Order: sequence, then C-alpha cells, then structure tokens
Amino acid sequence: MSELAIRVENISKQYRIGLAQERPDTLRDLLTMGFRGFKHKLSRKGSGRYDDPAHIWALKDVSFEVERGQVLGIIGRNGAGKSTLLKILSRVTDPTEGYGEIHGRVGSLLEVGTGFHPELSGRENIYLNGAILGMRREEINRKFDEIVEFSEVGKFIDTPVKRFSSGMYLRLAFAVAAHLEPEILVVDEVLAVGDAEFQRKCLGKMNDVAQEGRTVLFVSHNMSAILRLTQEAIVLDQGKIVLRAPTPEAVDHYLNMGLTKQGERFWSEEELGGKSDDFKPAALRVLNTDGKVVDTVNAAEGFSVEFEYQLTEAISGLRVGLYMMTTRGEYVFTTFDTDDPELYQEYSLRPAGDYISKCHIPPNLMNEGRFILGLNASVYRIRRYFQEDKALTFTVDATGAPGTHWPEQRLGPVRPQFDWNIKHKEK
Amino acid sequence: MENSQEQGKQSPTIYLRPSKGWLSIDFKELWRYRELIFFLTWRDIKVRYKQAVLGIAWAVLQPLLTTLIFTVIFGILLKTPSQDLPYPLFSMSALLPWQLFSTALQRSSVSLVGNANLLTKIYFPRLAIPLSSVFAALVDFAVSFVVLLLVMAYYQYWPGWNILWLIPIVLLALLTALAVGLWLSALNVQYRDIQHMVPFLIQVWMYASPIVYPIETIPEGIWRSLYGLNPMVGVIQGFRWALLGGTPPDITMLISILVVVVLLISGLYYFRRMEKTFADVV
Repeated sequence: MSELAIRVENISKQYRIGLAQERPDTLRDLLTMGFRGFKHKLSRKGSGRYDDPAHIWALKDVSFEVERGQVLGIIGRNGAGKSTLLKILSRVTDPTEGYGEIHGRVGSLLEVGTGFHPELSGRENIYLNGAILGMRREEINRKFDEIVEFSEVGKFIDTPVKRFSSGMYLRLAFAVAAHLEPEILVVDEVLAVGDAEFQRKCLGKMNDVAQEGRTVLFVSHNMSAILRLTQEAIVLDQGKIVLRAPTPEAVDHYLNMGLTKQGERFWSEEELGGKSDDFKPAALRVLNTDGKVVDTVNAAEGFSVEFEYQLTEAISGLRVGLYMMTTRGEYVFTTFDTDDPELYQEYSLRPAGDYISKCHIPPNLMNEGRFILGLNASVYRIRRYFQEDKALTFTVDATGAPGTHWPEQRLGPVRPQFDWNIKHKEK
Repeated sequence: MENSQEQGKQSPTIYLRPSKGWLSIDFKELWRYRELIFFLTWRDIKVRYKQAVLGIAWAVLQPLLTTLIFTVIFGILLKTPSQDLPYPLFSMSALLPWQLFSTALQRSSVSLVGNANLLTKIYFPRLAIPLSSVFAALVDFAVSFVVLLLVMAYYQYWPGWNILWLIPIVLLALLTALAVGLWLSALNVQYRDIQHMVPFLIQVWMYASPIVYPIETIPEGIWRSLYGLNPMVGVIQGFRWALLGGTPPDITMLISILVVVVLLISGLYYFRRMEKTFADVV
C-alpha cells in the first residue's frame, strides 16, 4: 500500500475573466452567436487551452505529494490559487490539465456551515449537513451527542438556526464538520472567524486530527496558526508553487514576498480593481529623520510613516490606521491618525481632496528586524473603506539603540529605552 | 460502504483529471449517496411548509381550488365534454398527475442554481439535487391523492384492480419531469433565461395535455399521434382510466414512453457533460 495520501502532477486550472459578451450567457446571446459559433466554442472547450488574455491560469503546473499523516500548510496571497487548489482536491471542480490521485476519503471544510438551512432546527441541520459532508445517518446518530456538546448550543438544539447568534451558528457548523473523520482533511480559513475561545477549540480539534495520523491540508492567513499546526508548508504565488519548505522558512518567505524593498509603495488604478470608491490610497512611505524615503531606518533615531490618499467624497468620522507587524505575523501595535482628541475634533469631517496622514515613530522604540506595515481606513462601526494587511515592509537597524554595546540578538519586537535605577544597598 | 471499520483497511483512490467527452453515469456512486438524496428531499419538503399557517394543508387546497375553478369555467360555463364523468372528478383526476409533474419539473429546473452554495463547496454526485427535487413532489402528490379518493367516494366511484396501473403511470410522470428537469436545470446553470421560461412552458404544456378537455377533442389519426408526443398525454389518460375507467390508453402511451426514454437518456448525458463545469459557471 502506498504511503502517499495525495499526489498531483502538473495540475492546472484555467478560468475566464472579463469579456462576458463573448460567451453566450443568455440564450439570446447564444442565438445571435449562431449555432456554428457555439459548436466551435464547445469543441475548443474540449482541448482546454486558451492563451488569450481573457483567460487566466488560476493554477499552473502544480505538482506535489503529501504523505499519509502529514499536516501541510498552504499559504499565499488572495488570488494565489489556494482555494482553487483545494477545490480541485475536494473534487468540486476539475483541473483543466494535469493528473492527480488521492488515497482516502476527503473531508473538506471549505467554509463551514455549507448547506445549513436557516429554517431548520439545529438538530435537523446536523443531519442535513452531516449527509452533505458525506456522513452516514448511523454515523451521525452515533456522534450526535458529541457534536451537540462540542458546539455548546445545548438547549437551543431544536430552535431554527436563523434564530441563532452568529457565534452559535458557527460553533454548530464547525462541530458537525469536525466530527467528519475523513482520512484527508482539507481546511480553509475556518479559523478566521469566531472568538478566541472558539478558535482555540478549533485548533485543538485540528491538532487531534493530525495526531490520529490523518492527513491535513490547512489553508489560512493566520500565520501563527500555520506555524503552530504544520511542520511543512507550500507557498503559492500566481498559481505556482514558489516554495515548499519547513513552515517557519515558508512563512518568512511568504511575508516578504513581492513586497517592494524601497520603502515606498504606490497603488495603481488596476490594483484597486477600478472601483469607484470614495477612498483611494495613493502611496505609503517610510521616511528617515531627514525626510528621505528609505528601506532601512535607524531605531535610535526614530522615523516616520506617511500615507497619501484621496477622498473623492467628503467622509465624516474617517480614521486612518497603521498596524505594525513582525514578519511572523505578530502585531506590534495599532495606531490611528485621530487617536488624539484634538485631531479627532478637527477632522470630524474630511472634505474631498488629497491627504497625507503621517505618523512619527519615536526614537528607541523598535527592535532590529524586518517589519510589515498594514493600513486601514474606516469609519468606526460604519464602514471599512480600505484595508491592506501587508502594504509595505521595511528594516529597522538597531545601531545605537539601547544595549547595543552587547552585540547579541534581543528578543521581542520592541526595544524601548526604559528608566533604570541601580542602588547599591549599604551593608 | 464507508463505515469506520472499513476506513482503516482500504481507502478508495480518487483520480483527478480534466473532464473530457461523455462520461458514463456512476449509478453505484449515486446509490452510495442515497442518504444525501433522502435528506435533500426531506429538507425540500420540510422547508416548503415552514412558517406557513396552513402547512401541509396547502397540498390539499391546491388541487381542490384548481378543480373548483376548472369546474366552474370549463365544466359549467363552457360545458366541456368530460367522458361521461362528473366534471370535478374528470378534471381532478388529471390535475393530480399534472401537479405532480409540474411541481417536480419546476423545482428540479431551478434546483442546481438554488443549491449553488453546495455546488461550489462540496463534492457529491450532482444528480442528487434534481433527483431530490423530483422526489419531494411525491409527498404533495400522496397527500392530494387521499383527497381525490375522498372526492371519488363522494361521487360513488370505486377504483378496481386497474388502480395498480397507477404505479407505472406515476413513475412515468416522474421520469418525464426528471428528463426535462435534467435538461433545464443544467441549462439554467449557464442560461438563467430558463427560470423565466419555465412557468410559461408549464402553462403551455398544461393546455397541450388533456386536463380540462377530453382526448377525443383531438382528431384521431396523424393529429392524435402528434399529440401523443407529449408524454403527459399518456400519463394523464392512463391515470384517469386506471381510476375511473373511460378511454383506455392506446398507442399514444407507447409514443409517450418512447419520448420519455429519449429525453431521459439525452438529459442524463447532457447533465453529466455539463456537471464538471457547474461549480465554475453557476
């Protein structure tokens, strides 16, 4: 018996984008295109190869193997092809090209709660969802109590799930999926939701699954979860595998990937997807004390970060936020441009126009290393205009920072200058 | 079988390949997923009458009210001949198989699009979805069939052994709905025109079936044979005859069966052909 759980060879998947008029989306289009044109299309579909710009390869020549019992992480930016890969592995869609084999029953958690019906009760949904996920009735009967207990919905089990809070709904959905016991578990982003307690529970459950020797493919944007749960990871970019390495290395590679190294970042129209939004990001820069755009700043001198953006409409209550993260994905801090009550008053309404929000990072705050800047523009509890978690990376050099007379690495993302006092107690 | 003891021993190997050509239908797999079909059917029924005060009573009211309307308009006002049967009985005995068919057809043709969230997330034989929509229509039928028997009793009509013919006849109605439903549901994934077309199609189809008028209205010979191309002609004719007697099904029944077989086989193949693209297109 083969020790491999999954083997795929040169799997590719192509999707159409744009140019919707060309495809007969309605019968009228089909008729106007004429039967001959349509037939031609059908026969071309069979060959599965288009190289015109109307088609993109969501995945291109992806090959890898997963051994039985391995927990493999899959990371990549949005649109890198992660979800497409999981869809192919769980047989939701077929590859355009390539070949693969999977040994064992695949259970996929591509968004939990698929097939839940709001009108049905929790109990009814457990059976329905279980059947959809491929469980037999006898199997569900056996695990029913366990599922209810795990979900903590208890006495609400006979209430229609439309009356559930979103937390209860989610817990119940995850509980069903978590009791599926497939040989190969495919997980996508279930951990992005729910409170901390619930997330811990999910991670625990996935750990159990892995320890039982079953194969897990885990896709997430949560780097700490990836680091905790997987030993090895694949990095996908633009439909290709760019790296397969032990997880810490893969995570570092991913977080540094494709980010400009010049300390400056611009947003083009295409990147914004041509959305005619009220808020348009223009540029993000890291500046040293001389006001020069740099990739490396000195921790002892301090530096600033400026974000340039345009408002095409006046927005009231807008706040522009800056996140600092380590390359491991841990947050160092979050700050908003209107944290100061005076600025908050002054900019309660921002008329249309171009703006720069500039944040001064004081000297002797950051430790050395590479950091990631994330951005957010929102009106509290009303609307999020813009969010980019990994907008720019830059390096902090610790020359002259507190304690650098010892040339050792210091733990922690920050390295502030604190007031110390030493007293020599008299005998 | 995929119970837990078996999981450890032998696991099936699944092959991933581009879909090409006409795929054969995996009836074995469909059978393995029978519980899913059952639960989807059960969901359809359950959800349909949730938050309706009258609930399943609607399955009784619908044929009764329609029979009443038909009786007033076609029976009393237009004095349509009814094969010497009381007009309410004449029309209701046709309405039942008709409503079974039209409900099944209507639900199955929108079923794939209505379950798009399942199609794009989870693998299972796609046939389970239109199949369960067709089965769900049977429950309404069973309820209204009891009502029909009561109406028959009121008019002092008692069914004979011919009632056993209802089993193949109902099956034929379901297969007709499934055959057309397979075509329309798969087409509807790409062309949403279908779901706007279906109510119209059903209406035209109803008047092309001997529900409000007897089959004798259609001249015998070539016209009657052409009329028989509509499989519901055979179904309705047979249903009425099996319960109430009257004109027995003739050659038209054979034509009906033939048409259904052709539609069903082509529908299955078209469905299988398109199945692999549902998740990308829907």
